[in-house]
Amino acid sequence: MDLPATNLQLDSFEELALPLFDQLYNFAHWLTRNRDEAEDLVQETYVRALKGFSSFQLGTNFRAWVYRILRNTFLTSRQGLKVTMTVPLDFDGEEEGPEFAIEHDTPETLLFARSSHELLQSAIGALPVHFREILLLCEVEEMSYQEISETLAIPIGTVMSRLSRARQTLRNQLRPHLQQGVGPRTIAKGLNHDL
Amino acid sequence: MRTFDAHVRNCSSCSADALSRVQLKRAIQVAGKRFTPRVEFRKRIQKTMAPKRHRSFRLGWMLAAAAVVVIVVGTLTTSTYLGNRSGRDQVFSEIADLHVATLASSSPVDVISTDRHTVKPWFQGKIPFAFNLPELQNSEFSLLGGRMTYLDQAPGAHLIYDVRKHHISVFMFQERSLPARLTDSSLQPGQLSFNVETWSQGGLRYFVIGDASAADIDSLAKLFKTAS
Repeated sequence: MDLPATNLQLDSFEELALPLFDQLYNFAHWLTRNRDEAEDLVQETYVRALKGFSSFQLGTNFRAWVYRILRNTFLTSRQGLKVTMTVPLDFDGEEEGPEFAIEHDTPETLLFARSSHELLQSAIGALPVHFREILLLCEVEEMSYQEISETLAIPIGTVMSRLSRARQTLRNQLRPHLQQGVGPRTIAKGLNHDL
Repeated sequence: MRTFDAHVRNCSSCSADALSRVQLKRAIQVAGKRFTPRVEFRKRIQKTMAPKRHRSFRLGWMLAAAAVVVIVVGTLTTSTYLGNRSGRDQVFSEIADLHVATLASSSPVDVISTDRHTVKPWFQGKIPFAFNLPELQNSEFSLLGGRMTYLDQAPGAHLIYDVRKHHISVFMFQERSLPARLTDSSLQPGQLSFNVETWSQGGLRYFVIGDASAADIDSLAKLFKTAS
């Protein structure tokens, strides 16, 4: 916060940014998977957002703007750089068709039959970060495709295909563990867990 | 879209698939809200902005301090309240899911009988409690049958009744086995797509749920209350 902010700007910023504090922290913790790093990430996001607040146009989507800052801050961090280097190049390359395959014992029904909250959390945590973030923005933050598109700086078509692949990956990760009755911790060994 | 909707309504495979997707969506929504910031961290963030202000009046600082206290206390109170509410809402959502999933199933009941003296004994040895079923003569309700069910890994009884072509589910679980503390209540249609009534009696928690009118749900609930 090197640049001076007027009290009026500060008031507007607080009014817009502080209600998002809990959500931003939750999202940051899911990205970093570490409390201290999540706190650093949120703090740095607030600092950068306040610094750049004069460039924000009031009336436009503040939530997408501040989430984009958080994500960019994460991607330029040491951990984030590691992620960008390990993301498969073709993860958005193919437009996969809708998932119309019908199964009667789906991971969801098994999941609900066994009511395993932790199992799902482990499976989300084990997703590659580009799938984890889009799934959380859509399902937890309940962002529209347009907002996600603005936050991740990707076209809406990519939002839809990536979401579809994220859900499919999650289902694939849940399926064997649920069918074998393996406990939630086993999933933590899944792909890209540290990221 | 209409054609799609009509197909899903008539195709049990597709409706089961659609339901499973909705369930996953709901589960991610709950599981995703996992991490909450520490109170100290919240204060630190608030402080990062506070020193930038240049208020000349002491009153301003006092108001700011009071606001911080209110926010912290409010947050703690709200998070406790929301925690309870979220647990309660989750139970109601799961009850609604059980009701819908059962009706979508090709075999909704495991014991098919309109006779309560056939349905009730069927549960013997299957669930760890006993219950009474109401006499339905002179009422508009008819018993279709029952099945075992589970809520948060606790076994319970699920009975299905019919009233003017509407299906109503009655669930019974041991109160102590439920994941959240519930109060006796009726939910308005705006809160869920169904009418729901719940109460506790004799150590059991009852749920009556269906798309029938609130009056029908209440009538069936009253029959159970008098039978127990």
